[in-house]
Amino acid sequence: MLSLLPYVVGLPLGGFIVLLFFGRRLGRPGAGVIGSLTVGAAFVLSVFVYIGLLSRPSGTRVYVDRLYTWFAAGSLHVNVSLYLDPLSMTMVLFVTGVAFLIHVYSIGYMSHDDRFHQFFVYLNLFVFSMLVLVVGGSIPLTFLGWEGVGTCSYFLIAFWFERPSAASAGKKAFIINRIGDAGFLLGAFMVYKYFGSLSYSHILSHTAGTSHEVATWISLLFFVAAVGKSAQIPLFVWLVDAMEGPTPVSALIHAATMVTAGVFLMARLNPFLALSKTTSMIVAVVGVATALLGATAATSQSDIKKVLAYSTVSQLGFMFLGIGTGAYVAAIFLMVTHAFYKALLFLGAGSVIHGMHDEQDLKKMGALRRFMPVTSVTFVVGWLSIAGVPPFSGFWSKGDVLDAAYVKSPFLWVVAIVAALLTAYYMGRETYLTFYGPSRWSTDEREEHKPHESPKVMTIPLVVLAALAVLGGALNLPFGVKLEFLSKWLAPVFAVSPPPPHVSTSLELILGAVDTLVALGGVGLATSLWRSRWVQPSLEPRVLQKAYYIDSIYDKAFAVSGTKLALETNDVVDRKVIDGAVRAVTAIVAGVGVYARKLQSGYVRSYALAVSLGVVVLLGYMLTRASG
Amino acid sequence: MNLVATVLSGAPIQFPSISYSSILPEVVFVGAAVLSMLLVAVLGQRDQTYGYTGLGVAAALFGGIWSYHLSQNVNARGAYAVVGGSLAVDGFSTFFMILTSVGVLITLLLAEAYLYKVSHRGPEFVALTLLSATGAMLMESAYDLLVLFIGLEILSISLYVMVSYTTSRRVSKESAFKYFILGGFASALFLYGLALVYGSTGSTNLGNIAAFLSKNTLTSNGVLLAGMVLILGGLGFKVAVVPFQFWTPDVYQGAPTSVTGFMSGVVKAAGFAALLRVFYFAFNTLRADWQPVLEIVAILTLLVGAVLAVVQSDAKRTLAYSSINHAGFILLGLYVASAASIGDSLYYLFAYTVMSSGTFGAISMIAHLEGRTEGTLSLADLRGIGRKYPKIALTLAILLLAQAGAPFTIGFLAKFSVLSSVVEAHHYVIAVIAMVSVVIAAVLYLRVTLSMYTPLTKDAEIDRVSTDPEISLGAVAVRVDEDTDLKVDAKVPVAAGLAMGLSVAMTVGFGLYASPLVQFASKAFLLR
Repeated sequence: MLSLLPYVVGLPLGGFIVLLFFGRRLGRPGAGVIGSLTVGAAFVLSVFVYIGLLSRPSGTRVYVDRLYTWFAAGSLHVNVSLYLDPLSMTMVLFVTGVAFLIHVYSIGYMSHDDRFHQFFVYLNLFVFSMLVLVVGGSIPLTFLGWEGVGTCSYFLIAFWFERPSAASAGKKAFIINRIGDAGFLLGAFMVYKYFGSLSYSHILSHTAGTSHEVATWISLLFFVAAVGKSAQIPLFVWLVDAMEGPTPVSALIHAATMVTAGVFLMARLNPFLALSKTTSMIVAVVGVATALLGATAATSQSDIKKVLAYSTVSQLGFMFLGIGTGAYVAAIFLMVTHAFYKALLFLGAGSVIHGMHDEQDLKKMGALRRFMPVTSVTFVVGWLSIAGVPPFSGFWSKGDVLDAAYVKSPFLWVVAIVAALLTAYYMGRETYLTFYGPSRWSTDEREEHKPHESPKVMTIPLVVLAALAVLGGALNLPFGVKLEFLSKWLAPVFAVSPPPPHVSTSLELILGAVDTLVALGGVGLATSLWRSRWVQPSLEPRVLQKAYYIDSIYDKAFAVSGTKLALETNDVVDRKVIDGAVRAVTAIVAGVGVYARKLQSGYVRSYALAVSLGVVVLLGYMLTRASG
Repeated sequence: MNLVATVLSGAPIQFPSISYSSILPEVVFVGAAVLSMLLVAVLGQRDQTYGYTGLGVAAALFGGIWSYHLSQNVNARGAYAVVGGSLAVDGFSTFFMILTSVGVLITLLLAEAYLYKVSHRGPEFVALTLLSATGAMLMESAYDLLVLFIGLEILSISLYVMVSYTTSRRVSKESAFKYFILGGFASALFLYGLALVYGSTGSTNLGNIAAFLSKNTLTSNGVLLAGMVLILGGLGFKVAVVPFQFWTPDVYQGAPTSVTGFMSGVVKAAGFAALLRVFYFAFNTLRADWQPVLEIVAILTLLVGAVLAVVQSDAKRTLAYSSINHAGFILLGLYVASAASIGDSLYYLFAYTVMSSGTFGAISMIAHLEGRTEGTLSLADLRGIGRKYPKIALTLAILLLAQAGAPFTIGFLAKFSVLSSVVEAHHYVIAVIAMVSVVIAAVLYLRVTLSMYTPLTKDAEIDRVSTDPEISLGAVAVRVDEDTDLKVDAKVPVAAGLAMGLSVAMTVGFGLYASPLVQFASKAFLLR
């Protein structure tokens, strides 16, 4: 059944090709149905692949499918291969699963858009690229996927390119990610230099004996890539702007899948991290700082999607905290459950925006629970999950990360717990502003302009995701080895790394209780502050609304001066140097051309003369070599 | 032996036994050509060109498949010579015969799509193409210089007519006449060289020449070397390397575009096949003498092709110079003269044939849709094509980028493998020169690609609409579906779509999945 793996990757590609050529003819909802079906089928097949991988004994669960040799020239063999281990299997399952639900949802959400089919073209291409990223058997293939998802993200953020803000947000995402890509490429070069190969099956089995210095450099360079893709300090600014894209895009790409690619990359290269305490510490500190920054900024946003954007930044920070403290399984666990509840929250927000006719301002909502029952109930589920209220999934996954942080360093833990408190609070604020309190939208409008619940094609994915958000914790319950399914499953992947920080049962209970209190505290705080009020300037300071002005500073420091630099470069380098060079070349060529044109006269006799002269010159040369 | 005396004496003439299955592609090509002429004589149907094209396409398909079958035979049982040792059946010849069949296929489809709209209809073009290709196949498998010469003439004489096929046009006739005179000149050079080589080695059979040269050292080899240079001149004319390239831009520009594609693919391949076999096999022991010559010729060819391509303004002239640049690369494989580098040349030839026939096909479709006559499509006319004919523009863009050597296309590996062979042989300076020529040529490919996707200014568009009634129809169509989306261009004939699709599919397909073709080319050994 493992041999089905190429088809899992191939199906979204097939969907992409079909939609590219026949999308327009398929129309709506045809194009969306085809897009959803291919991704859904990929999910079903990946379940079979999973069963195949599971049936192997633990420790031998690595499947390398060498699809073909791209080319072999001398000693250089460039293969296209897939590398499947429990880590990439986990990614494949949740990527295809969540992507399927979001595809279905998009059929409803995008139903009024003029370029309905094109949306699914990009979406399918995105899923294909993401799958290449996670199951690619070598670093170049991962990079191909890495760039592929980046490109799709760019296209989809700027999907409504008629809006200048969308177009510029797309550009911003693209440019900032280039910084990360530089890290990726440098890291790949270093790996090739020290290992002579770029395939994971070779690298991951030869890390033993790598010097601390090399491991630090390699892991740091790849961490730079991860910081860009996963929106960590200092490169997080693009993710907030990325909210200009259609909401399903935010849910799929900028919450559930693509932005977690950095976490995946770190987990994939965990042997290097294990060898480098320096990088691990840097990762943990950056992670926890981002978690706090994101959480504080999220408390003061008034755009329904921007709250979620900062929340995603913050949650990704938690994941990197897990990676940095050696709790890889916890990080992956959080990644999966986060995909469930954050996709749910985004899709819920999308449902609200859809029902409110493109209103995104929290201050102009309120009391929507009466009009949108399914959306509001599922949204509350998402809130409680992300807040970490037991027994929702967020409690278990975030709890694991917090436990590891506590063991590693109480300082990290304190910062993280504050961020966790704020998480419960800002999501509560958003929930209350949206669904509770008095309605702040004008009621005197006509009937069809009233908020309305979204169609079934949108609410059913919400319900499924809500169920997953509630039950997702069952993947890894900390009650004995038997129930720690994810830990057991992923153990071979992290076998080289030291075991995650050990937490005694009693400590675990205490920490769990603290987590619960913090989560409930945040929920309570939000309830008391935002249950029936919606304007509290003291709680929404401008500095937080602007996320500490970091984006503005970048704008001033880099964008403005960068534009200026570009203009000046254009003036000096382009006009004088490059144009000058081009003109010089043209002048030379034109000079040569005068003579060349004399030769290229168009007269047969001069051509024949040229041929004769050529032969005579060659004959003359040969006579100098002739013997006797 | 005097043949007349033999016949008169009544003694039985000894004919060599002929293994017809080994020369079946040639036989089928000639048969199909004759059959198409007979059919038109009997049926008198000139207008239904589909049938003749179908016949030719079937012959090409058969030729390709049968050649593949022969190559499998050769792999299993080894190479052999047939028809009294005058034709070789080896991995090399079968590789080229497949290549020729592919070239013929694309040429015929493109001719069906548009040539008959500007020229008279009927089976003649199909017959000429098949006959010319038969000559090409003879050159590719010739194991005797005389047979090689016969192949060269069969190829050339049909080609002279093909170049002048749009008889109503002066430029076509002019370029055909030029090609004819200079081609005759080149044939004479070849024949003279052949005579000198025969005089100094005592044989025209390549195997015998090679054996003679390896066993004997000539005390006076001036005649032999002179013969070798003249043969290089004769074949160098056909493949258009410096200094025998002057005819190329004029003829490429003036010939009907599907014929230009045929010349840049099939004819060039045949010429190179002969060059490779004669120099790498028969004159192998003289390597020290011809390598320096080829070095200079290759460098000049690379640079002249690249530099002059950039400064042209006509689309077909530009591509003519770019084909000269490509010829330089192919010549590098022969210059290095290792088993691997010969395989690289073969791969490059295949890649170039596929890319260039598609490129010329796309150019001819654009010229046709824009209502331009042969040789008057300038690069400036390509501006804004991306919006007008998105499918054709995409095809052209892919093929041009492939010619520039973009990764994941057939063109990348072609350049990469030739260069790696050059580097492996420690000819670093030449590798650098070749890279520089790639960069120069890339300017051209990228410029054309970019200009296709640069929108026309509204004024310019309206100008065109008002001046040309035929184009205004096209412009209206553009207004209706002003969309970035891909769509079927209803105006592209099926045959042209097939030809361009085939070309793009092979360009991208063998770029993504390169091993089979690389293996095939590297195993195309010469009969020794």
